[in-house]
Amino acid sequence: MTDAALTKAAERPPLRVRLKLRDIDGVTLLVVPAALFVLLLFIYPFAYGFVLSFKPKTGDLFANYRKFFSDPFLYDTILATFRLAIPATLINVLVSVPVALRVRRMRHRRVLTTLLVVPITLGTVLIAQGLLIYLGPQGWFNRALTLIGIGQVRLVHNYTGVMLSLIMSGFPFTFLLTLSYLTGIDPSLEQAAATLGARARARFFHIVLPLLAQGLAINMCLSFVQTFSVFPSAVLLGAPAGETRVISIAAYQAAYEQYDYSMASAVAMIMGFCQLAVVMLILAGRSFAYRGAAAGGKG
Amino acid sequence: MQQDKSVGERLWAIAVWALVIFFVVNVIATIAAVAVDSFGTRWFSSWLPAGFTTRWYKAAWDEFQLHDVLVVTFEVVGAVVLLSGLLGVPAAYALARRNFPGKQLVILLFLLPMMIPPITFGIPLATVLYQAHLGGNMSGVILANLVPTVPFVVLVMIPFIEQIDPRIEAAARVFGAGTGRLFVHVLVPLLTSGILAALLLVLVRTIAMFELTFFTAGPDSQTLVVTLYYAVGAAGVRSNQSIDAMAVIYMVTTLVWLLIALRFVDPTQIVTRVKKEAAA
Repeated sequence: MTDAALTKAAERPPLRVRLKLRDIDGVTLLVVPAALFVLLLFIYPFAYGFVLSFKPKTGDLFANYRKFFSDPFLYDTILATFRLAIPATLINVLVSVPVALRVRRMRHRRVLTTLLVVPITLGTVLIAQGLLIYLGPQGWFNRALTLIGIGQVRLVHNYTGVMLSLIMSGFPFTFLLTLSYLTGIDPSLEQAAATLGARARARFFHIVLPLLAQGLAINMCLSFVQTFSVFPSAVLLGAPAGETRVISIAAYQAAYEQYDYSMASAVAMIMGFCQLAVVMLILAGRSFAYRGAAAGGKG
Repeated sequence: MQQDKSVGERLWAIAVWALVIFFVVNVIATIAAVAVDSFGTRWFSSWLPAGFTTRWYKAAWDEFQLHDVLVVTFEVVGAVVLLSGLLGVPAAYALARRNFPGKQLVILLFLLPMMIPPITFGIPLATVLYQAHLGGNMSGVILANLVPTVPFVVLVMIPFIEQIDPRIEAAARVFGAGTGRLFVHVLVPLLTSGILAALLLVLVRTIAMFELTFFTAGPDSQTLVVTLYYAVGAAGVRSNQSIDAMAVIYMVTTLVWLLIALRFVDPTQIVTRVKKEAAA
């Protein structure tokens, strides 16, 4: 080593100090086990599934994907899933806005929010069993319809049943999210507009909606991704061989009925890609909306 | 704020409230239908069952081997709660107190398993677990359930840790406490309510987590919700009332913990903690 290099090495602080300056020390290492766990059991399986989907049981690299997009029994599942997910997402998110606007000013808000947390907590399997009884031909809902003269309506084992379960378990989630975004908007902004003579309608469209747009976009993404991966209710409340044969059923059958994990991974990748595409689309649309502070006031 | 009193706006308000009431009534009726049916003797062409009995609970307990299922459920849930706390809280501490390069990437790493639904990553995950001979048994179910709960604990705990004054930790360090003693004597006591909230939510989520358990469980490692799914899916094999009795047992186990959890958290937090991080 030359003298110059030696002096340079001496001037350089030791590794520990250099790392400490970048905020890496013993405490930082505490993140390693959890991060490693997620890498090992989330990122690695995804990558593994991606590679596996290109190693079909028979045929070349793209055989699984070619099979999926040439068999109407398989590719129709995408359409069936979108037919459920898009209306369910739109209904849940759009209805959540006027409801949250009202509930925001409610006095015993906590009673309602607690009630709405219950279906989220119970999960889709229990809601499916409940709806099978409640909406069934002998259930209370059909009884009430008969009572007011509408007569029996078939509500389970078809598209309607799955849609209703997506609303029942999905709406509380979107509503609570919208509510929390709404309470994050400083009420003095609206008060200022009201002082200047803006009526409720104008206040909503010129102040609340632009500030809420970001939150609604994220809400829509989460809600869509949830409804797109509907599984238990599509099987239990729908027609899993017919109109509610969603993509998750195709993935499940490939994996657990045909034991073709390569094909199942391909279907899972296609499902993930559809979700990603819609999320990107929503987030791209978001950039047209206002971006800025919702807090208002000084600062 | 000035009250808007035009007829249109009043009608609109009434319509919104009617919608809310209609929704809540339907939710309550859906849940009540399960409970009423589970206590009914026969229920065909009337508003209520012909008579009431508790024998379906005994029948369900024997038919579905609920004793074993409940033991498995609580073993899985207990392990998931404990491990996600042990992995998640230290990671949250590191993320709350240090600004190391690549921190945003690590946070993204923790966000992904919470944003991507379990159905999408469940099948590749189950494939990997089966290859490692961890599928179809309890350890596989526990590992799969930890995938969304570890990130959940991390993201919920970060704001709780940020609230603690760092000078308290500095004082402990001055008196010679290492990171281990700092955790046991300073951080954990100060964070009790936060940890309790996070772990109770993990508990409730794990009891209700259907997809991941369904993909990884074998015959001896089914939790209550998966047993319920199979029973509902095979309706006609068992009497509907005993399925409902099991559903009520499932509801009670979930809602008891939810009620305890709600003492520590606001209902909106159950969905919003995630979103606040997502929006940041």
